[in-house]
Amino acid sequence: MGQGDIWFKGFIFAFAASIPLLLVSLVVVLFFWAWPAIIHFGWSFIFSSAWDPLADNYGALPFIYGTLVSSLIALLIAVPLGLGCAIFISEIYKSKTGEYIALMVELLAAIPSVVYGLWGIFVLAPFSAAYIQPVLGGMFGFLPLFQGPTSGPSLLTGGIILAIMILPTITALSREVLQAVPYSLRESAMALGATRWETFKVAVFGPARSGIIGAIILGLGRALGETMAVTMVIGNRPRVSASLFAPAYSLAAVIANEFAEAVTELNLAVLIELALILLVITIAVNGLARYLVWQTTLKK
Amino acid sequence: MIREIKERCFLAAVFFSAALAVLPLIAVLGYVFVKGIGALDLNFFTQLPAPVGDPGGGMANAMVGTFILVGIACLVGLPVGIFGGIWLAQYGSGKRGFIIRYSADVLSSLPSIVIGIFAYVLIVATMKRFSAIAGGFALGIIMIPVVTRTTEEMVKMVPRTLYEAGLALGLPEWRVSLQIVFRTAWNGIFTGVILAVARIMGETAPLIFTAFNTMYWNLRIDQPMASMTVQIYNYAISPFSQWQAKAWAGSLTLVFIILMVTLVVRKYSKRVYYG
Repeated sequence: MGQGDIWFKGFIFAFAASIPLLLVSLVVVLFFWAWPAIIHFGWSFIFSSAWDPLADNYGALPFIYGTLVSSLIALLIAVPLGLGCAIFISEIYKSKTGEYIALMVELLAAIPSVVYGLWGIFVLAPFSAAYIQPVLGGMFGFLPLFQGPTSGPSLLTGGIILAIMILPTITALSREVLQAVPYSLRESAMALGATRWETFKVAVFGPARSGIIGAIILGLGRALGETMAVTMVIGNRPRVSASLFAPAYSLAAVIANEFAEAVTELNLAVLIELALILLVITIAVNGLARYLVWQTTLKK
Repeated sequence: MIREIKERCFLAAVFFSAALAVLPLIAVLGYVFVKGIGALDLNFFTQLPAPVGDPGGGMANAMVGTFILVGIACLVGLPVGIFGGIWLAQYGSGKRGFIIRYSADVLSSLPSIVIGIFAYVLIVATMKRFSAIAGGFALGIIMIPVVTRTTEEMVKMVPRTLYEAGLALGLPEWRVSLQIVFRTAWNGIFTGVILAVARIMGETAPLIFTAFNTMYWNLRIDQPMASMTVQIYNYAISPFSQWQAKAWAGSLTLVFIILMVTLVVRKYSKRVYYG
């Protein structure tokens, strides 16, 4: 190996090695900046609902609650729809039209979240208050989740906008997983006289299952970290309410709204600690998803 | 009989959910188009934002700002992504390669607002003011994983024989890597870079407390800089219908650019790879 080769290899390795370095320094720097808040509040920070910047008293519970519940609502809506859409494209309607639908779904993943947020403020939120919430209240009003006054910007509206945003992710990934299932399996089931439903149930869903779960969790990861659209429709009120119709708040939303105006050092540290909590949740969720997706796609 | 009912139910459910999934997405695009086209005019592309009540006004400074921010992001993200990707493709089969690949994966899954905070504490807190550098830096980090992965994949697609032919001619390894392998893979890498640019153009969250915003012309990268996304956000949450109309117009412009870029690049890359 010549002198030039050694230099070249070292040069490009430095760039490659900067990626893990960047990641580690990101975590370390955030931890360092959040440290004043971590020692000031301890573990009780996570379970406290206080939010009073004037008195310098803070708690993370309403934001963690808002993030988790809005993402959960998003999954409840987007998983059946996205999975159905993926089955439609890859199992039922395998033609030019199916490919166009797939392309369209992928393009929609490229639309900026602030645009979804704009639509959310002026179209979805009023629609949610006028139609979705009264209907849900009428059907399930006996549950505390669906009681109370309706409100355009609310936890439910935040969940719905997230569902729309993660639909492309879930659809595209599930489609890939479904198409990784060998055709011979489907053909054997068909040859035995199975209907399309039976073919799917017996031959496709089994091998694809852990991959589909992975796709769902990757969608969840995207929902947890999504900022702008949620900030614009969730209502931005730091309180845990029993009702989904009430305004709420999320981790990413409070950072987006208050970070530029943080006054005291503790206020800044608290917001960075919230970011750290968000970071830990998303890394854990994505790690799990990747493990599950790897399991399926590596097996083929 | 029961089998047939089940089959019918299955097909109906799948068809229904596909239709329901596409519906809100079409609604979003439809609204952006209809509301945006009504608010678009030539002023929108040539003028500064106007105060409430004044007629006209546009987003010219924000459009220029977005391109400058994307340019800074490319300066940060492309060297790391491209050289890192080449290293991964050629030498990254061992443990070090696994760690780097895994880090890139984790980096790509981080919420973009967290990366914005990183840029804030590193650059804004040090310089004691919002700046285009901080915003571009944050966007650059977001680009890195995408560019790294595309470069690695594209370099790996170059036939091994080409590499060996270069070596057999007596060329040093680094010249084979750069002048033969990289140049062959360049078309594909370029596609990946353009898709990454399209993605960061739509980012808002990492910019609101790094590049911040301004209503005036600014070409200095150590000063706050306007971007289309942050401007759309500020207009969208404002109580004035005149500004809200500008938000729709900005959205239409941004969505149009991003979708066109994505579509054209896809078509172009298909021609390159699949004949």
